[in-house]
Amino acid sequence: MSATELPLIGDYSTPVPELNGARIGVITFPGTLDDRDAARAIRLTGAEAVSLWHADHDLQNVDAVVIPGGFSYGDYLRAGAIARFAPMMSNIIDAANSDAKLPVLGICNGFQILTESHLLPGSMVKNDHLKFLCRDQVLRVENNTTAWTNQYGLGEEITIVLKNQDGQYVADEKTLDALEAEGRVAFSYVGWNPNGSRRNIAGITNAAGNVVGLMPHPEHAVEAGFGPDHTGTDGLGFFTSVLTHLVGGQK
Amino acid sequence: MSAAEQTAEAKKFNMDTVANAAATPDTELPWAELGLKQNEFEEVVKVLGRRPTAAELAMYSVMWSEHCSYKSSKNHLRQFGDKVTEEMKKDMLVGIGENAGVTNLGDGWAVTFKIESHNSPTMIEPYQGAATGIGGIVRDIISMGARPVAVMDPLRFGAIDHPDTARVIHGAVAGIGGYGNSLGLPNIGGEVVFDSVYQGNPLVNALAVGIMRHEDIRLANASGLGNKVVLFGARTGGDGIGGASILSSESFDDTKPSKRPAVQVGDPFAEKVLIECCLELFKGSLVEGIQDLGAAGISCATSELASNGDGGMDIELTSVLLRDPSLTPGEILMSESQERMMAVVSPENVEAFEAVMDKWAVEYSWLGEVTDTNRLVIKWDGEVIVDVDPRTVAHDGPLYDRPYARPQWQDKLQADTFKASEAGKNLPATGEELKAALVELMSSPNMCSKSWVTNQYDRYVGGNTALASPDDAGVIRVDEETGMGVALATDANGRYTFLDPYHGAQLALAESYRNVATSGAVPLAVSDCLNFGSPEDPDVMWQLAEAIRGLSDACMELGVPVTGGNVSLYNQTGATPIHPTPVVAMLGKFDDVARRTPSGWRADADGQAIYLLGTTFDELDGSEFANIRGHLGGLPPKVDLAAEKTLGAILINASRDGMIDSAHDLSEGGLGAALGEMALRYGVGARVALDDLCERDGVDAFTALFSESQARAVVAVPRSEEVRFNDMATARRFPVVRLGVVDAASTSLEVQGQFDLDLNELSEAHEATLPKYFG
Repeated sequence: MSATELPLIGDYSTPVPELNGARIGVITFPGTLDDRDAARAIRLTGAEAVSLWHADHDLQNVDAVVIPGGFSYGDYLRAGAIARFAPMMSNIIDAANSDAKLPVLGICNGFQILTESHLLPGSMVKNDHLKFLCRDQVLRVENNTTAWTNQYGLGEEITIVLKNQDGQYVADEKTLDALEAEGRVAFSYVGWNPNGSRRNIAGITNAAGNVVGLMPHPEHAVEAGFGPDHTGTDGLGFFTSVLTHLVGGQK
Repeated sequence: MSAAEQTAEAKKFNMDTVANAAATPDTELPWAELGLKQNEFEEVVKVLGRRPTAAELAMYSVMWSEHCSYKSSKNHLRQFGDKVTEEMKKDMLVGIGENAGVTNLGDGWAVTFKIESHNSPTMIEPYQGAATGIGGIVRDIISMGARPVAVMDPLRFGAIDHPDTARVIHGAVAGIGGYGNSLGLPNIGGEVVFDSVYQGNPLVNALAVGIMRHEDIRLANASGLGNKVVLFGARTGGDGIGGASILSSESFDDTKPSKRPAVQVGDPFAEKVLIECCLELFKGSLVEGIQDLGAAGISCATSELASNGDGGMDIELTSVLLRDPSLTPGEILMSESQERMMAVVSPENVEAFEAVMDKWAVEYSWLGEVTDTNRLVIKWDGEVIVDVDPRTVAHDGPLYDRPYARPQWQDKLQADTFKASEAGKNLPATGEELKAALVELMSSPNMCSKSWVTNQYDRYVGGNTALASPDDAGVIRVDEETGMGVALATDANGRYTFLDPYHGAQLALAESYRNVATSGAVPLAVSDCLNFGSPEDPDVMWQLAEAIRGLSDACMELGVPVTGGNVSLYNQTGATPIHPTPVVAMLGKFDDVARRTPSGWRADADGQAIYLLGTTFDELDGSEFANIRGHLGGLPPKVDLAAEKTLGAILINASRDGMIDSAHDLSEGGLGAALGEMALRYGVGARVALDDLCERDGVDAFTALFSESQARAVVAVPRSEEVRFNDMATARRFPVVRLGVVDAASTSLEVQGQFDLDLNELSEAHEATLPKYFG
């Protein structure tokens, strides 16, 4: 069964054989909202979703980590500013920077936490139109060599869910130039720029390609019937990409 | 001595104890300022056999308020409990009277849902008023033992071009989004209506739905001698003091001081943590009874828990954790600070309870314990300041049989009709005129796209949203293994109800029933939010009495019980009440949400046949078309509940058996709006003709397009299913007429012989209205 033919409802407890045993952590902070969605996306691709608690220190031997969306600690300061100091984040920062290069995906608030953690450059400020915006968003894949994007085609357009209040990606010109020059823009917005992000940037990667952050939500586009316009499953590629990466199948 | 100790000492000095009250019977008390009427104060004195203490007065004043006691509506609301058959009770696990009703879904699942108003706070402070409306209804759902899974919000604002409307809508929508989005609850639908009658009294109703296993159902009662009473969540502050009594139980008056301090301030992060923390408590079976703190705060929680339990309760009020140490005992008892819960915990679970609190970093304090005295005793530093029978506070409040009478102006109003068949209305007749009228209708404030509002809400979080606005109902998957799920729709029509309260309320019910059935779900249960003016006005009281009578009669006929709800009175500015607005929320069930029916056709539906189910009459009174012509009079469309039931059965069966791919109910705006919305849903065109319909029903094209006759729906049927579909409708003797076909190659809605409406043009007009006014 191909990824797009997953049953609308059904038994997805049977792992894909060759990926059996892949363990992907999903961190939960107080105020995290999309942790169960991220765990579902991971299970749908056949891996095991491992729940990580922000206050714990043990990474539980996970092979990769997803930092899901939400409003960690209420985000009453800057989004992600407090979450960055959670004990579990120290482990994740070390593991991402280590020789093992733990794959880390930050979605929405997770992206904000990754920039606060300096795993990724730049920052997010309030949308230029000042409102929370939820919509089905078209993105273009600008880099398909990372741990989280290798199953997409270069230039492929995918539709996943965008929903945020503080989604405007900003960085200084030098950083933006470098990101573009080094191919570290992973995703860009197609058509209307929904939040005023610099250079239409929707997501970026670190130089090594193991850490990817983006504002839109691939985990809300993994099951036909419950995704963009209730049909889309374009987000599955993130999770099949990391599994492919883990078994050494990276392009 | 610390500052806090000094404050406590100072407070104790002025403490009005029960002993003091008995010794000083003639002390003047501010009962009128607290919202009590003279006869009510006298009743308190009679119940207690002495004057109340300051703290007791505070409790009675909030608990006997209209908002908490339903004193004007209770006599009428009884019909919801009386007009119920055994069949209707079959799936009702918890009925009216608890925080929210609970309905059985089968397979060990249960669902709880409730709709409530937060109208007055939103008028005063739109953002916080609307935000805390979501917060409060979500806590009601948690306190039943359920995980909240979705919210909805029917909204009514003043005229779209009135300067104050922008203030209210910006704040209310941002507040609902800001709070609901932060809780991780998808917002799956609601309504947005503009009418100058709501100018000074916007209606912000909030619905929440939660799911649970049967064994997780929790009730608000304090039982078991020696069990501990704990308050947890946010600290108690000075916000929302007297919110229920002062704000929600009186009309606004420009001459009085600002009521802003009576509005609560929300902290969605605290609520999100509270949800997760409560679910962990339920999972470990660590609480015996639980109650959220909403209107009337600790007064309500302690008196209701004790009243519903099998004994009494002893509370030490100085144990309450305060945000503001200067609060008096009365203020602490009345405070409506948000994000607080009260629970009853058996002694052996105390340690485990505290471990859950510590894990989620939630503050808590043990206030006292359950006794066998049948008294609610509240102490301040050991001295008794409240000693009451909790039933007298929570349940045996005053009851009014308010006078009501059919208004003198009602006959004249009903005689002023807007019939297409009557000459002199200068109604659209040619194709070009009909086309222009349809575009005007679909860009009018009430019929235009509401995406400006709904795009500010997260409809995806949770990954179980199968349908959401603008579809007819919001649909949420409950069981990921089987696909079993629920559908919800909220509906009301203030204009219909103004013209005829009895039938107007029934029309709201009929529309919500039809919406749920159109999505493919079987209607199961109702929650209602009755928004009316002052019950002290006999005209308004008649509207309320008639609406309740109509609604309860229709619930009985449709076989769907009311499981809970809320009454919001005094929605009026000066002597002018809002239109009577009973909002009905209907819950339905799917065996498998994969079968849900969306409200428009996709390109892959090319060639599917478009059918209209039901009969079209000359019914324009109270319609959206009449509304944009500035007319309000006559009688609303005829109610035909038997037809609604048959239509519902056809839509549900057709969905289950795969006979239809899309369906949309006909309501405001009639057939024209329904066809326009179906085509706009996915931007796919259609070709239809009205000739057969007009000939069969004896109406002209204008009436066919804009009449709001009930019990109708448009469906798209795959060619292979046409025979089966027609047979089913015929077998049920239900009128059905083929209008035309879906045309994927076309980007227009073509009404043959009349007009060809470009979908881009229609879409632009439909989408532009709200951004034009609100940016």
